[in-house]
Amino acid sequence: MATAVWEQPRRRNIFARPTATTGWYSWVTTVDHKKIGILYGVTAFVFFLLGGLEALALRTQLATPDADVLSADLYNQFFTMHGITMIFLVVMPMGVAFFNYFVPLMIGARDVAFPRLNALSYWIFLFGGIFIYSSFLLGGAPDGGWFGYAPLSTKLPTDGMDFYAVGLQFLGIASLAGAVNFIVTILNMRAPGMTLMRMPVFIWMALVVSFLLLFAMPVIAVALFELMFDRLFGTNFFQVAAGGDPVLWQHLFWLFGHPEVYILILPAMGIVSEVLPTFSRKPLFGYAAVVFAGAAIGFMGWGVWAHHMFAVGLGPVANAAFALSTMFIAVPTGVKIFNWIGTMWGGSLRFNTSMLFSVGFVAMFIIGGLSGVSHSIVPHDAQQTDTYYVVAHFHYVLFGGALFGIMSGLYYWWPKIFGHRLGEGLGKLNFWLWFIGFNLTFGPMHIVGLQGMPRRIYTYPDGMGWNLWNLMETVGAFVIAVSTLVFLVNVAVSRRKGRYEAGADPWDARTLEWSIPSPPPEYNFAEIPVITHRDDFWHKKYFVGPGKTAEPVFSGGAAEAEHEAEHHIHMPSPSYFPVIAAFGLLVAAYAVIFGLPAVAIGLLITTLGFFGWVFEPGAAE
Amino acid sequence: MELFRGLKARGRRFLLGVLAASFALFGSACETNVGPQDFLTPEGPVARRADGLWDVTFAIAVVIFVVVEAVLVFTLVKFRRRPGREAAQFHGNTKLEVILTLIPTLILAGLAVPTVKAIADLSKKSEGALDVTVTAKQFWWEYKYPDAGVVTANEMHVPTRTPIFLSLESTDVIHSFWIPDLTGTQDVIPGRTNNMQFIADEPGTYWGQCKEYCGLSHANMRLRVIAHEPAEFERWLQDQSQPAANATSGAAAEGQQIFLQTCVNCHAVQGTEAKGTIGPDLTHFASRETFAGATFANTTENLRKWVDHPAAIKPGAPMPDYGLSAQEIDAVVAYLQTLE
Ligand code: HEC
Ligand SMILES: [Cu+2]
Repeated sequence: MATAVWEQPRRRNIFARPTATTGWYSWVTTVDHKKIGILYGVTAFVFFLLGGLEALALRTQLATPDADVLSADLYNQFFTMHGITMIFLVVMPMGVAFFNYFVPLMIGARDVAFPRLNALSYWIFLFGGIFIYSSFLLGGAPDGGWFGYAPLSTKLPTDGMDFYAVGLQFLGIASLAGAVNFIVTILNMRAPGMTLMRMPVFIWMALVVSFLLLFAMPVIAVALFELMFDRLFGTNFFQVAAGGDPVLWQHLFWLFGHPEVYILILPAMGIVSEVLPTFSRKPLFGYAAVVFAGAAIGFMGWGVWAHHMFAVGLGPVANAAFALSTMFIAVPTGVKIFNWIGTMWGGSLRFNTSMLFSVGFVAMFIIGGLSGVSHSIVPHDAQQTDTYYVVAHFHYVLFGGALFGIMSGLYYWWPKIFGHRLGEGLGKLNFWLWFIGFNLTFGPMHIVGLQGMPRRIYTYPDGMGWNLWNLMETVGAFVIAVSTLVFLVNVAVSRRKGRYEAGADPWDARTLEWSIPSPPPEYNFAEIPVITHRDDFWHKKYFVGPGKTAEPVFSGGAAEAEHEAEHHIHMPSPSYFPVIAAFGLLVAAYAVIFGLPAVAIGLLITTLGFFGWVFEPGAAE
Repeated sequence: MELFRGLKARGRRFLLGVLAASFALFGSACETNVGPQDFLTPEGPVARRADGLWDVTFAIAVVIFVVVEAVLVFTLVKFRRRPGREAAQFHGNTKLEVILTLIPTLILAGLAVPTVKAIADLSKKSEGALDVTVTAKQFWWEYKYPDAGVVTANEMHVPTRTPIFLSLESTDVIHSFWIPDLTGTQDVIPGRTNNMQFIADEPGTYWGQCKEYCGLSHANMRLRVIAHEPAEFERWLQDQSQPAANATSGAAAEGQQIFLQTCVNCHAVQGTEAKGTIGPDLTHFASRETFAGATFANTTENLRKWVDHPAAIKPGAPMPDYGLSAQEIDAVVAYLQTLE
């Protein structure tokens, strides 16, 4: 290697930017949105496996009455960690993984607006997840529920809820930084000609989600600080005896928590809105309505939080008002369902795995939506609240919705990311097991809920009429586990070279990311495209002929038109300062719990990280 | 492609099978499996009011579900890719979109009216209601009948056909009071007094349980409401307002001695020096069918286990283990069983 000779003698200044493009060091220092997207996805998937194992343990305990598989203590830790994991460490970061990889590709940009900030977000997310999970080894995981209701959460004796308060705060920083990054990227870095109303729906959803995060995270941050202060420094935000108010926590938590629901589901809706048109060979039905409905959900989502609190005793006026807002947020959601069906109507539907997951999303989301409306019937919500009926509802939304959407996105974009498809045979098996396992697990929860089984109970007596359903649910959970294994096998098998080689545009798709090679080069677009249409790439391949059918623009299309122009393209250089800054925060987080003075050390590391960040040269020399 | 077809057909058959099976199971469950906390079988006007709203909502939801899923399945079958099938290129249909937005809006408006009316109606206190104060503690319920000066735990006795007006308070964390057959949930929150009201039509025992996660033994914080004909209820109230009789002989007398040495700080037995208020009032303990958050049947064997080591059968129960000998335990249990 002759080039090594050139690099050796140079004395590197400590601020010099790292240059590795392969190997683990390149992953640690990367600021490439695609690599960061993959890191997000892989990390979130690992947490999905952990959260899934917790779920299996919970379901095993509940399979039979009076069971003794988990102690009450472990059960409470597991159900708390299952919720925290699936929400903060799986579904949210999975959405971010897709945003990272595809926002720049779909708007015709070469990277996000702030590549190093993007890396910082990832490292904070990873360290935050490790931090929370390390509580299992440090005296006990959080056991006050993901909702952490005060004053119980202020009184639980282990350090678990400290990890909760500090850990979620920590993860919140990552979300905020990410939100700012995507808002700026989407608003400022679109290719020429891509007006807002030409953006793919997925990008719209990324924008709405980012705004929701921007406004929702500060609210939970306040609540978490108050909880942390009550626990660690003896303040009295939630202590009645000292004039505090436990209901304050609930208002803050749900003011964040309801928009959070949309933060979790909108990315999946965006994915489905890309997948359905592609495999129906049709444009999205009612684009404007879908975009507007997404934005409307984003706004209305701020006005429904107290429907989580109908039993608190807010009084008939508040309950009636929130009942109404909750009913009417169902309208834009319903609009989306109609538009997705409208998208398929008249199309030429190709049922590969990605499409199946998207169709499954639509079919299952209807159920979650309908049961959601039933919660707004306040007098009856007083019955079903905190029963398994609610557990069924939100799993139909977050699993039947979000996770189906995410799986659809994985099968859809896999060839773009890795250059090869996932196998369709195993994919179908993956889907059907997923679908059946899901319904077997969460379908009976509706019934057992209506039969009066409350949530968050580690055991239940015989003779309540719940036994059969619980057993079915447990079987279903294991079917989902098998399905997940099938997915992993599919990933492993499909990697074998040449098996499912995919070109730039394997699905004959519609949006910009398919116009460049798979996997995309580091700089994404050799030449920034000029946009003239919504679904611009499709319009480069087809025009609408007489009789409203698609006719190919003569041969070749635009795919892979450009090559090898890379020498002139300057990409942001890698940097090791984001990971250093994030690491400092991790040290500070442990210090908050275990030895306050060490916070200074952590913050010092972070400050040094930012210092280097500011002073490192703009590019590798 | 071959594989894909096979799977699809098989998948559809699977789906039908699952649907059919779940309907069959659901049907049979409704027939035979009505558990004691099933709230689709209301036994009083408050629960019935909620149930009426549910029936309407559920019917509408089923219709919407069937229609939308049918349209979806129809679309999937009709427009599946076949040789020669061309996708029609259209972007929307404004008229249809407006109509499909209006329909759910109107349905929801239709649901909103009775819902708001029910919320308003159910928030009023009825005249002639019997007041009961409920205090929730980790992990049991205390009931006070202020007019009669009676205190009991976990099993609430009420007269039938009489509005019962509850004032709910908590001394530690948030709990939630719920008797599915009679009324919905009301959170019980430290620092405030919430209210709820219910009526039981018929004599009987109604089950419920704490619904807000409240710590280790949240699952074991259950409750019962026992409704009597009004005259019989008066008799019960009379009995409960009597002090306990002194145990004068045998194991029970020995048990009383031990009780008055070890248990007095937390438990009250009217008519003795035991005046503790941390744990349940035990004056008429033996008249209860269950204990410790209605979790255990009030039997000798269960009591022995409880007095021996409470946290072993109810995790986190805030009652200490005194390391009593088997003989002492027998004596204490014998005493508890005299507290009719
Ligand atoms: C530190 C306070 C404390 C002491 C001392 C104590 N208990 Fe308790 N006891 C409680 C509490 C609290 C409960 C309710 C626990 C629950 O249901 O979760 C309880 C419940 C009970 C119950 C069940 C009552 C019911 O109706 O549910 C019995 C019986 C009982 N105790 C007997 C005893 C005896 C006998 C002793 C003495 C050996 C004793 N307790 C000592 C606090 C105490
Ligand atoms: Cu409770």
